[in-house]
Amino acid sequence: MKLDSKIPGGPLAEKWDKHKFDMKVVNPKNKRKFTVLVVGTGLAGASAAASMAELGYHVKSFCIQDSPRRAHSIGAQGGINAAKNYPNDGDSIWRLFYDTIKGGDYRSREANVYRLAQVSNNIIDQTVAQGVPYQREYGGLLANRSFGGALVSRTFYARGQTGQQLLLGAYSALMAQVHSGMVEILPRREMVELVMINDQARGIIVRNLINGEFERYVGDAVVLATGGYAQVYFLSTNAMNSNASAIWRAHKKGALFGNPCYVQIHPTCIPRSGDYQSKLTLMSESLRNDGRVWVPKKKGDKRPPNEIPEDERDYYLERKYPTFGNMVPRDVASRNAKMVCDEGRGVGKTGLAVYLDFRDAIKEFGREVIEEKYGNLFEMYKMITDEDGYQVPMRIYPAPHYTMGGLWVDYNLMSTIPGLHVIGEANFSDHGANRLGASALMQGLADGYFVLPYTIGNYLGGTKLEKVSTDHEAFKEAEAEAKAKYDKLLSIKGSKTVKEFHQEIGSIMWNYVGMSRNAEGLKKALEEIPRLREEFWQNVKIAGSEDSLNKNLEFAGRVADYLEFGELMAQDALHREESCGGHFREEHQTEEGEALRDDENFTYVAAWEFKGLGKKWELHKEPLEFENVTLTQRSYK
Amino acid sequence: MENNNLTIKLKVWRQENAGAKGKFVDYTIDDVNPDMSFLEMLDELNEELIKKDDLPIEFDNDCREGICGMCGMVINGTAHGPKSGTTTCEVRMRQFKDGETILIEPWRARPFPVIKDLVVDRSAFDRIMVAGGYIDVKTGSAPDAHTVLVPKENADLAMDMAACIGCGACVAACPNASASLFVGAKVSQFALLPQGQPEATKRVEAMVAQMDEEGFGACSNHGECEAVCPKNISILAIARMRREYWKASVH
Ligand SMILES: Cc1cc2nc3c(=O)[nH]c(=O)nc-3n(C[C@H](O)[C@H](O)[C@H](O)COP(=O)(O)OP(=O)(O)OC[C@H]3O[C@@H](n4cnc5c(N)ncnc54)[C@H](O)[C@@H]3O)c2cc1C
Ligand code: FES
Repeated sequence: MKLDSKIPGGPLAEKWDKHKFDMKVVNPKNKRKFTVLVVGTGLAGASAAASMAELGYHVKSFCIQDSPRRAHSIGAQGGINAAKNYPNDGDSIWRLFYDTIKGGDYRSREANVYRLAQVSNNIIDQTVAQGVPYQREYGGLLANRSFGGALVSRTFYARGQTGQQLLLGAYSALMAQVHSGMVEILPRREMVELVMINDQARGIIVRNLINGEFERYVGDAVVLATGGYAQVYFLSTNAMNSNASAIWRAHKKGALFGNPCYVQIHPTCIPRSGDYQSKLTLMSESLRNDGRVWVPKKKGDKRPPNEIPEDERDYYLERKYPTFGNMVPRDVASRNAKMVCDEGRGVGKTGLAVYLDFRDAIKEFGREVIEEKYGNLFEMYKMITDEDGYQVPMRIYPAPHYTMGGLWVDYNLMSTIPGLHVIGEANFSDHGANRLGASALMQGLADGYFVLPYTIGNYLGGTKLEKVSTDHEAFKEAEAEAKAKYDKLLSIKGSKTVKEFHQEIGSIMWNYVGMSRNAEGLKKALEEIPRLREEFWQNVKIAGSEDSLNKNLEFAGRVADYLEFGELMAQDALHREESCGGHFREEHQTEEGEALRDDENFTYVAAWEFKGLGKKWELHKEPLEFENVTLTQRSYK
Repeated sequence: MENNNLTIKLKVWRQENAGAKGKFVDYTIDDVNPDMSFLEMLDELNEELIKKDDLPIEFDNDCREGICGMCGMVINGTAHGPKSGTTTCEVRMRQFKDGETILIEPWRARPFPVIKDLVVDRSAFDRIMVAGGYIDVKTGSAPDAHTVLVPKENADLAMDMAACIGCGACVAACPNASASLFVGAKVSQFALLPQGQPEATKRVEAMVAQMDEEGFGACSNHGECEAVCPKNISILAIARMRREYWKASVH
């Protein structure tokens, strides 16, 4: 298989415009003849579905939740980047591009990232027009704040609920298209198989989550906007229904998987408190604008934080990175938190936490200002920990949060399966080995509003598509395959619950394929995962039946996929003999403990081909070419 | 270390499907850590039930941080539980006493039929949004964001209204099962913004008509909705909706 990224020629700044001109355009009258199936209604899926329907395509939109408005994107707090340069602090499309490429540790495509920066401004215009109530200045203009990895203020936000407001904007646009009859929404449906006809993606099998029935849907193209896979760790900041299953099942049908080992561990989460815990709660990184991160200088210092005098505190981020201080990118902040805890200087009951202290900010600006900026986060912290962040420093610890890896796509956002497009967090595209804050919302909406609606026309207008229906043999086979899997799950009647298996795979992944990795641990993971998978298929215990609402069964299907997918993550992490961004291999670090890339040998995207369970995946490399930026050791000092 | 763990008794509404007759079933759960969330307590109970070959209790949830609006139970007679301004997933076990009995029911309202146990069908809310809950602005057609100025006070008020998570607690708490707070919040958000003006008349009329058609009752100013709203949306939303509706009808 030859990977063709389809990056257009010409100067960086002109590629997208030129490509838009060169692409096929479907005659408006013919658009009605096409149906596009969009799986997922997060920022990426909802914006894509609405925009394609506006162009005249028929769209069917699927999601797991009871309404498209509840997709995981709703939880995003901090904000969305754009290169508007409204604060006049020297921002530009080039600077946003540069920061994002550098933030991704030079493991993403220049052309994609530049396009992302270009359309970022349109996103702000579009969402303002939709009625998204962004934070404003007294003069009525939009307000900005800064996020990690940038020295300019380019993040737009709607209190601590930016994801919610942007998603409701996209959802409203989607509802407008339901009104006009161009979109049909199909909530409480889980895609369980991709249907291929003539080697093209032509349909999906979904399980109706209310009555358990399998349903067939046919289309001319399929779009996966199903989000990230951080739930493979069991504990993450993701919503409970986030999963890897849709992309995983497409991967097994032939879509290559790009950079599965690139995972973002977010530095500012509320630490874990017990085994019963079902999720980890993120507190927006914007807190690092005013909060100062520290641990005691002495190991095992158990004094309450407010009794530890100033000169016995180690503000380690400010000390090590004087330029960026507490605003270093997430991977750097997380790794440093782990390091100080490993040294025995962690705080709290478990010793797995560091302080985030607002004392000085409150002294300088007054409690009111801090309350206005972050009030809801302090409340959330109080609710969960029963502690008052205004009085005592908050305790934070890193948690799995976002996955940069995903299905490999070309510049047109199409996977290696013709017709199968992948957008949002589900693809591997724009963030390289580490994503900067406030750029996932940007990417999801860029893909959905401003990229896919063009590129899908190029595919539909330039491809021979046979007329097919859901009676096609391929649909029957895919449905039978899906049904067999769920029948099998229910027939096992073992003794260990789905949750117990999920916790086990989660702890393997966290221990060996987590914040820092080494060959020995990865090899151990590669032994343990298949063993656990085998045990799962012999011993899982699932309640209830197939023919009714059964969340335990839904989760069983997803955990079964993690037990396969985890192995690929470990294989990818083992093969990448360098450290870059969120992928930290202990064997490859500078003397100061920073990530050490190996540009000579690893400046490529690892795209893996499924060869059958129990077999090794085959590696395909897409070389990354840098014509406009110079690769340097990423420094935030 | 001292163990403050609780023993909790539950009376939970169990109903096999939409057509079946439901009933309360009693459970006791020991060793509940007060730091647990309410849903984590139910997770633990479900694990026990599964191990005993019993059916776990079905309940909707997703974000578990109070923002997606998917969770929703009536806890001891109050939608989303005793503490105001929180969703069910934000309820913590430290809010309950050792040995306490907790009554758990689904949203009860005719437009929200029960699907199973504590899971209800809220698709009526989506249909109200389809009727007019948007500003029609096709992708790519927007002018530069700074061409429209919005006074900060209005932007803030619009944000207060836009905070609605569509959970349906307002309906569940209302003796008339009215959806006025939900509709009022959306209507108000757009009414407060210049971008929302061109379609204001059409929007309020269409949304109110759909609300009626779905079988939601009329608002008679009980204020229960405001009391349970996890996002503290003020009942002023309903007043504003009425004003918008009145403006529309004299047009
Ligand atoms: C707590 C938190 C805070 C964040 N804050 C920020 C922030 O401030 N700024 C920022 O830029 N990013 C932030 N992020 C990241 C960002 O929110 C996500 O990356 C982004 O929203 C993902 O959007 P998406 O459209 O790709 O997928 P999602 O929003 O995850 O949507 C996935 C959709 O796919 C559906 N789906 C999944 N599987 C299936 C299936 N098998 N069948 C049918 N449907 C399926 C789901 O129902 C859902 O509708 C945050 C993330 C978290 C967890
Ligand atoms: S689960 Fe999302 S609000 Fe409760």
